[in-house]
Amino acid sequence: MEIFNHNSNVNFLGMRKFSIGIAALLMIASAVLIATKGLNYGLDFTGGVSIVMDYQQPVAIADVRAALEKGGIENPVVQSLGGTKEVSIRLQPTAAMLDEKGKVSLDKAKAVVSAALQAPRPDATMKSRDYVSSQVGDELRSDGVVAVIVVIIGIMGYLWIRFERRFAIAAVVTEVHDALITVGIFALTQREFDLTVLASVLAVVGYSINDKVVVFDRIRELFRLARKAEPEEILNRSINNTLSRTIITSTFTAITMAALYFFGGPVVHGFAITMLIGILVGTLSSIFVASPILLWLGVSKKDLMPQVKGNPELERRP
Amino acid sequence: MSDFPRWKYVLVAVVLVLATFYALPNVFQPVPAVQIIANHNGVVDAALQQKVAGALKQQNIAYTNMAINGDHLLTSFANGDAQKSAADAIKLALGDDYTVAFNLESTVPGWLRAVGARSMPLGLDLQGGVHFLMEVDQNDVLDKKESGYADDIRNLLRQKNIRYDSVSRNATRGQGVAVVLRSADDRVAAANAIAVEYPDLGVQDGPNTGDRFVLNAVVKPEKLRELSLNTIRQNLATLRNRINALGVSEPIIQQQGDSRIVVELAGVQDTTEAKKLIGATATLQYRPGIGYAGDPQSVDAARTGNIPPNANLYYMRDTRQPVLVDKKIIATGDELTDASSTFDQQSGSPAVSVTLNSSGARKMQDFTNSNVGKPMAVVYIERVVDTKIVDGKEVRTPTITYSVINDARISGPFGKQFQTTGLRSPKEASELALLLKGGALAAPVDIIEEGVIGPSLGQDNIAKGLKAVLIGLGLVLLAAAVYYKLFGLVADVALFFNLVVLVAIMSMIGVTLTMPGIAGIVLTLGMAIDSNVLVCERIREELRNGSTPHALIHGHRKLKTLSV
Repeated sequence: MEIFNHNSNVNFLGMRKFSIGIAALLMIASAVLIATKGLNYGLDFTGGVSIVMDYQQPVAIADVRAALEKGGIENPVVQSLGGTKEVSIRLQPTAAMLDEKGKVSLDKAKAVVSAALQAPRPDATMKSRDYVSSQVGDELRSDGVVAVIVVIIGIMGYLWIRFERRFAIAAVVTEVHDALITVGIFALTQREFDLTVLASVLAVVGYSINDKVVVFDRIRELFRLARKAEPEEILNRSINNTLSRTIITSTFTAITMAALYFFGGPVVHGFAITMLIGILVGTLSSIFVASPILLWLGVSKKDLMPQVKGNPELERRP
Repeated sequence: MSDFPRWKYVLVAVVLVLATFYALPNVFQPVPAVQIIANHNGVVDAALQQKVAGALKQQNIAYTNMAINGDHLLTSFANGDAQKSAADAIKLALGDDYTVAFNLESTVPGWLRAVGARSMPLGLDLQGGVHFLMEVDQNDVLDKKESGYADDIRNLLRQKNIRYDSVSRNATRGQGVAVVLRSADDRVAAANAIAVEYPDLGVQDGPNTGDRFVLNAVVKPEKLRELSLNTIRQNLATLRNRINALGVSEPIIQQQGDSRIVVELAGVQDTTEAKKLIGATATLQYRPGIGYAGDPQSVDAARTGNIPPNANLYYMRDTRQPVLVDKKIIATGDELTDASSTFDQQSGSPAVSVTLNSSGARKMQDFTNSNVGKPMAVVYIERVVDTKIVDGKEVRTPTITYSVINDARISGPFGKQFQTTGLRSPKEASELALLLKGGALAAPVDIIEEGVIGPSLGQDNIAKGLKAVLIGLGLVLLAAAVYYKLFGLVADVALFFNLVVLVAIMSMIGVTLTMPGIAGIVLTLGMAIDSNVLVCERIREELRNGSTPHALIHGHRKLKTLSV
């Protein structure tokens, strides 16, 4: 079975002004969105209210969660504490829990949560309530930034050694493009951005770099094979040759993520949706963005030939 | 035939067998259990076992296994709900003589455990773990800070030649430092000097009686707030370091309210070990010694209670002999950058090798340079909290114990790196090294609540997640088989082993499995098929160009290794 025409010869490079223009536009739009609208950080990042409820009779965790969601509290973390009669709840304050000054009021939080939980279970009483800080400490956040920078430098260094400087630059630019747009979509839709989503953004970077390396590999191979190498022609052929593979792999990965999204329950929604967006963006950028940048940077056959160390046997020959 | 070397086939086979072996324990998930340990008055014996069995029967709770295991009785249950109801029932039946705790009983067969194969611990979200609530003792920080300011002001006044009667902390905590001067002019001069040198202090004139002119220097409220904020922040960082050292992955460490810290750890079986490390506040101080342990001066001071004003009387930890130690501190545990446990080369006794930071090293160098031949004492400071039940309420009394672990003559100047001996055992040395390395807690913490916490994801979510993984895997396998036919099936087999190897490695290094982790595995599988797709696509392409399949597969292994 084959879906893609193996002789496809679409002139991807021909539309480079158009494709790069769109990519640049999307990047700027994402940056603006992140700056103005901001991200809807999850409980991991913001902290919130921690509540302990006592029940006189054993209670099921699922019932507590359902009651809270019915009361308008989204994504609460509900855990049993000790036995079956005590539950710990962590939640992000909703609008109903803010006082006039826009600050979180524990008394209002208490009222909202108590009302939500006592409706189905009158035997519930609130044992304690308190603010909790973010799960991600400040130093952890800065560690995260350092990690991302190290990853980018690492990727650049590796591609520099394996291919050439221009490939490294093109890859990193597209990486930033992919990550920025993925996060931008989160800013646009105001979906909750938590630690899991952050992890999956990093996974998107990893996934998309793999995608690019495959195309780059083919570019180098064709440059070396071709006698007369017209860069634009070579790049186009490389993209077309690997097109089938690029799309099949993306489809396969997307299948697993779609399964996760549709059957995995709300907890993995964030991860799955980020990956789906990232796969789409990453695939498109492999096809439309990475190679034009390469062309503009002026890649040529000369840069990619294996370095032949002066072989005395060969040099002596006329 | 292919000239793919035979040893490579053998290698692949060996790796696969080993991987299967180490991935296997994950099939046997640990079962929830209740562990019963005797307190002072109870004994764990067959009678207890019968009593527990009777209590469970009365409540109609079925258990799968019950056995006495060394000093505790372990009863396992089919699911978490039964475990929790059972724990409640057992607690009721046994009373205070026994401690009833949750545990997990491993079901991995002995022969697998014998070779070190173990299952991945499940994370907080999948299985829950232990939960500690800790109270940070802010008073201690304020005490230290105010005493520090008192010393500083004394020095400042001496430097500026302002004569004073006394500089002392006010009796009530938070009321700052009272400076008693001899004239109104002196008071103005002192107030100016303090205001210039210590902007964090608010200076105020107190009542004058006769020739006593009182000046109160109080830490400003905003500084106090900053101080308490920093204390918590530093404690959080230290706890995080220590817990990482414990090897627990993905812990939750959060501030709760103004002065409390929540710690949740997954996959920890032995809470006592974790507790020891989290709450421990042992640290070291290096101070100039006065005389030696058990010398007449010290013995005299211990007997009469006449301790020189610049000294503290402590006792040696091993011999319990009294020893006088200067109040001045050369360096403390806060000032070191690294610590590791080792053995002293001369005596062979357990020791801690310490590396100081630059300021600590300079102070140490200065002191040892000018004091060769004089004694230096190493003071071991430990805070222990006693919990007693008084009138039905828990009363916690923290006590700080000082003991001298080492009081020896300085044989030559040293600075940055040195060893400290005098520890009881290698275990103590390694614990102390771990504590010193993790950083000191800015303020002592008391564990005020501990317990078992359930999974943060419901059972239904866990089931859904696993279902999604299986569906995703199935779909990819199916798609590959349909799209590439025979090659696709080969790819599927490879993918399956990829999964096995992945799980085996994760189990071997003891990664804690969480829901995002499971999602990550699915993602890896989706991506892993990429290399197979790559080879398959290439094979097709070349087949169209007319090469024979065999030559191709051979040629493209090289290509594959290039790109993967």
